[in-house]
Parts: sequence; C-alpha cells; structure tokens
Amino acid sequence: MKNFMALTMALLLTMSLAGCGGSSDDNGTVYRTLDEIKADGTINIGVFSDKNPFGYVDENGEYQGYDIYFAERIGEDLGVEVNYVSTEAANRIEYLQTGKVDVILANFTVTPERAEEVDFALPYMNVALGVVSPKTAVIDSMDTWNPEDEMIVISGTTAETYFIANAPEVKLQKYDSYATAKNALENGNAAAWTSDNTEVIAFANQNDAFTVGIPNLGSQDTIAPAVYKGNTTLLEWLNDEIVALGEEQFFHAAYEATLVDTYGMEFIDSLVVEGGVIE
Amino acid sequence: MPDLGLEVLLKGRNMERLLEGLGIALEISLISVAISIPLGILLGVLMAGKNPVIKAILRLYLEFIRIMPQMVLLFLVFFGTTRAFGWDLSAELASILVFTLWGTAEMSDLVRSALISIPKHQYESSAALGLSKSQIYGYIILPQTVRRLLPLSINLITRMIKTTSLILMIGVVEVLKVAQQIIEANRMASPNAAFGIYLTVFLLYFLACWPISLLAKYLEKKWR
Repeated sequence: MKNFMALTMALLLTMSLAGCGGSSDDNGTVYRTLDEIKADGTINIGVFSDKNPFGYVDENGEYQGYDIYFAERIGEDLGVEVNYVSTEAANRIEYLQTGKVDVILANFTVTPERAEEVDFALPYMNVALGVVSPKTAVIDSMDTWNPEDEMIVISGTTAETYFIANAPEVKLQKYDSYATAKNALENGNAAAWTSDNTEVIAFANQNDAFTVGIPNLGSQDTIAPAVYKGNTTLLEWLNDEIVALGEEQFFHAAYEATLVDTYGMEFIDSLVVEGGVIE
Repeated sequence: MPDLGLEVLLKGRNMERLLEGLGIALEISLISVAISIPLGILLGVLMAGKNPVIKAILRLYLEFIRIMPQMVLLFLVFFGTTRAFGWDLSAELASILVFTLWGTAEMSDLVRSALISIPKHQYESSAALGLSKSQIYGYIILPQTVRRLLPLSINLITRMIKTTSLILMIGVVEVLKVAQQIIEANRMASPNAAFGIYLTVFLLYFLACWPISLLAKYLEKKWR
C-alpha cells in the first residue's frame, strides 16, 4: 500500500520535472536579459491572438496586426526569431512575472497599478474614451449634455468609472457586452455610447448613421510594451528602439499597414505615438 | 437559412486549424484519462480499504482537488510552480498534470463509491460457497463494480474533454481558442461568423464525445 503511494508521488514528480530545465538562467533571475535573449536566438513576445486589428491570427495561422508589425521589427533589429505566445487580458502580467515571455505587446494600456508590477517602455499608441452618437443628433461636447439624455456604457470598463468619477450627473445605461451596447445604440435607447475610442471609431466606420463626435474624452492613456520589473537591459533597448523608429515614422507605417482598414486615415495622428513622445 | 458565416471556415487553413485545435484538446484530455483511470482505480480501492491514515490523506487530496476550480489549478501549476520552484513547465504539460490530478481524484471517488455499493452479502455468500479471496473479487465483486462504474467514468471522460476549453487561459491554442481567433480575424468581413463557428465547435466536441458514449452503451448492453 505504502509502496504504491510512493510510486504515485514519484510518477507525478517525474512528470513535473520532465518539463523543467528552461528557467534555470545563468544569472539566477526569472527574466532573461538582452544578451541572454540574443544568445538564445529567440525572443518570446506575448500578444493577443484574437484582438483584430491589433493582434490576431489570419486564416493561414500567421500572427497579424499593429502589435505584431512592431514585434516583427523588434525581432529583425535584435537579430532573433520571434516566438509569439497567445495571452489573455487577465494573464498578461502573470506571463511577464514568471518569465514565460520576455515582452508583452498585447495592446497593454499603461496604468499606475500595472506600473507597480511591470516596467513599461515608451508608448507606441494612444487610447482614450470616445463618444459615438447618431449623425442626426451629434454629441460633440459633454459641456452641452442634456441631463434628460442617457449614455450607454459597458459595465466594468474605463468608460463607466470615468463617468462615475467625473460626471456623476450623466445618466448611465449599462450593458454587459459590446454586442448589446451596439444594439442599444442602434435601436435609439440612448443619446450616445462611450467606450474606448478605437472601439467606437470602428463602430462608426461600419455604421453610416453614426459618427464619433468626441474622439478623446477625459484623460489620454497610452499603450506600451512591458517587460519584467527590473529587466533594465531589455527596457533600455526597447526605449532606444522606439525613439529610433520615430525618426522613420515607423508607427505611421504600421498604422497604414494594419489599422487603416478599420479606422481610416482620419484618426492616424490621434492614435499613433511616434518616438515615444506624447503630444 | 440565416447567414451563419460558414464560408469563413473555407478561407485559408481555417477548418484545418480548428481540427488541429481539436486534436490538441483530445491529446491532452485522453493522455490524462489514460493515466487517471488506472491511478484512480488504485486510489479508489485504497479509499474503500481499512487503513485510516491512507484514507484520511486520500480524502484530503480528493477534497482539495474537488473544491479548487480547474482554472485555479491550471494557474497554480503553470504559473505557481514557476514562482515557487522556478520550474518552467510547458503549458501542455501543466494541463496534462492538472487534468491527471483532477481525473485521478474524481475517478478514485467513483471507484470507492462503486465498491462500497456492493452489498455485504455478496462477499459473505461467495465466501460461504467456498470461493477464495481472489475468486470473490475476480468473479463476483469486480464485474459488478465495473458495470456500476461504466456510466460514471464515461461522464468523467467527456467532462475532461470538454473542460480542455479552459486551457486557453494558459496559452494552449486549442479548438475554442482557434474559433475565437477565426471569429475575431473576420470581425469586419463576416460579422455573423461567430454563430456558425461556435456551431462548428459544438459539432466537433459532439463528434469527439459521442463515440465514447456509444462505446459505453455497447458495453453496458454486452455486460448486462
């Protein structure tokens, strides 16, 4: 009986140890420094695989999108292969902190809370709230908001917290998903819908009856690559890379290659951050 | 017929990718099943036994695994072991490990309950007929146990196959993740594809689990 227990435990242990070995770095840290990545010849980059047009997989199984366009360039300039790791919004920090990826390029918005957990490099994109409304009754400023009107938001998003904190007088109509919020706006249940500007711009481009009256509401947030906290060699390389790419207007090219179909040329300067400089 | 966006499946390698995803889901679940069933049977026999220490330990193991959501176990094994011990398990291995731990625990409890459900008089009357201990188990107890176990274990196996949909959270691109990728990649071109693709995923899971149910039905009839 006891032998059997020991056997079971031994089996489970062997199974778990079999996959081990990769993380015992030379410098004793969880993360890999720039030199270790170069020596290895492969960089692990965590991206979204289902967030068109930022990071997605096309019908041939190839990663595509704005984040990927940048990731490909990073691999090229480092002289290494890029290994894409499919991440979810909820596990991006975990992947970095366990060293399972070297860089997160998954449309990662810079926030003070996240900056305590990971190190952000310079930003390469802007994100803000946008307000979309029918062309027949465009909302182009929150100053003239009619207190009788209602605003559609999606529960748990930055849009909801923004109104609760900054404009509590605006009556909110809350929905759980993008699909229901879109339906509610199309059915005229409320005067306007506030969400990430990328989301509402894409919506307005698909629906001729609607337009984005306010493309930048409230504070401007940025999207930046993130690395393990304290991985300074990689962080500095990324920062230098982003500054250098600014000189050739790399992210404008990335926008034209990946985002223009969704957002049109109209918003290129409000979405793209070049050389890490926010205007 | 409404537009299900099924034409998306014909684009590029999309259908092939879905099938590859199903292959990964089946590989992980069936390897885990293959390890869980013998281990679970052994642990189940021990749990139905008399040693109170072993019973307590196994009970603790079972309760721990049963109370933990599989998602938490996956995070614990995939990220937790890296944090705690510096192990760098691949996501596939972490999934197999979690599914095996889970499958073994559930299987052992099924075996235990099947064993204790055999009435005491079955043991006593076979002993009265002069059968040896191995004959009692071989001819009387085990055949009845296996028959009671069959529908329960089929239920467990299909549940393990379907729960592989969680492993996308640790980065394994299985059938559901591929489906999400396909839907998102075609969000602009075919906004209705979500329904058609999820319907396809439903059919794929069904095709994977249905033969197992059929086999169980066949065996139940055969052993009646």
